Amino acid sequence: MAASEQEILAGLAEIVNEETGIATGDVQPAKSFTDDLDIDSLSMMTIVVNAEEKFGVRIPDDDVKGLSTVGDAVSYIQKASA
Amino acid sequence: MTDSRLTDSQRVVVTGLGATTPLGGDVASTWSAMLAGQSGVRVLTEDWVDMLPVHIAAPVAVDPSEILPVPQIRRMDRSGQFALIAAREAWADAGSPDVDPERKGVVIASGIGGVTTLLAAYDTLKERGARRVLPMTVPMLMPNGPAAVVGLELTARAGVHTPVSACSSGAEAIAYAVDMIRAGRADVVAAGGTEAAIHVLPMAGFAAMQALSTRNDEPERASRPYDKGRDGFVLGEGAGVLVLESLEHARARGARIYGEIAGAGITADAHHMAQPDPVGAGAARAMSMAVAGAGATPSDVVHINAHATSTPVGDVAEVGAIRNALGDATDGACVSGTKSMTGHLLGAAGAVESIATLLALYDRKAPPTTNLEDLDDEVSLDVVRGEPRDLPDGELLALNNSFGFGGHNVALAFRTVQA
Repeated sequence: MAASEQEILAGLAEIVNEETGIATGDVQPAKSFTDDLDIDSLSMMTIVVNAEEKFGVRIPDDDVKGLSTVGDAVSYIQKASA
Repeated sequence: MTDSRLTDSQRVVVTGLGATTPLGGDVASTWSAMLAGQSGVRVLTEDWVDMLPVHIAAPVAVDPSEILPVPQIRRMDRSGQFALIAAREAWADAGSPDVDPERKGVVIASGIGGVTTLLAAYDTLKERGARRVLPMTVPMLMPNGPAAVVGLELTARAGVHTPVSACSSGAEAIAYAVDMIRAGRADVVAAGGTEAAIHVLPMAGFAAMQALSTRNDEPERASRPYDKGRDGFVLGEGAGVLVLESLEHARARGARIYGEIAGAGITADAHHMAQPDPVGAGAARAMSMAVAGAGATPSDVVHINAHATSTPVGDVAEVGAIRNALGDATDGACVSGTKSMTGHLLGAAGAVESIATLLALYDRKAPPTTNLEDLDDEVSLDVVRGEPRDLPDGELLALNNSFGFGGHNVALAFRTVQA
């Protein structure tokens, strides 16, 4: 059974925290990965690969470019795992 | 004996020290352990140890994971972590000088580079596929990674460099930094070396050369330079960083001065890839160049921190080189082999031992050579053993030797500076 939006957000926040040290509470749907969270492209790729493993989805590199906010990533993962 | 050809803007002094070593997580703990004759060597507990004939090494006393936050640890090879820790200490110790970034340089050497990162990434590739290889893998494994880490930390824009000359890398970094300041390319340079190669593959390679001690049952007694029973070196890890600036710059800002890097000699043997020149001609020439560069004579040398790794061939070759370089004045210099306590830090050795040499002058106390129970008949040197040796008052000169596979020889001459 697919994870809920809340579960995906919490899991993603953990991954972001592990890679960057950003507090999990700061990883909110409206936040932009680059502008708000200051995550560079190398960290973003690590987060994507860890998210793929955690949620059992595949996020092609071309699609990563479209994930500008945390909310974008949560919706993408939810759709991909549905 | 100060070289009168040099102005105060060309004389290079050391104003900050930082280290993380098998003896301690900073300079103070490392130096006090060294004076007390302690050992940083222990039996390894990693699973892979059973694959090797060697079960001992000298890991850092304080693991970087106790100091740096996890995200930083994950983006830096272990050698970069050591360099960052040592550089932060050195810079703070120098009083965190306010320097234009374009006048600030970094020279951090490594003998082997990010070898644990490389090997872990290869394991990931084989076990989990290419997509799982971290995007930071290349910046982490490149040998200049630690120098770049320190350059970012200090906002150094005058040039960030990484000499690679095996076990003389750390000393070569210091010599390079002296040149940067004398050439007017930088006002302040953080220089040193780092190494993190305690891993099954490098150890298997060194063991295959029969370069490592197999005294597995007595780890603390395994590294024994000049002793008849020595059977190879003990692999250590860690970093040492020194803050260098001109005497003029240091005095203008009222900095505490540990001593002067008065001369440097860099030579190559062109004899053999991994064996020292049997008569030590290149090593002797490096020492002579360092002494001459200091405007001094061999009789001015009161102390030598020798390369002395505890290998049967290397230790004796260095004795010959010292005698060739200093002649009869050899007997006036007391010699310390501090690898007896730290193990061999490869690309960090020259930096950590330069710190020990400077502190020996600054505190006027030469550290002991431990585990020296039965002096090799071929070692005709005044080796400091047992207690530390008090050094005399007045202006003193000391040498630090570093030699590396490939036939690299670096000798640095340090001199006391009056406050």
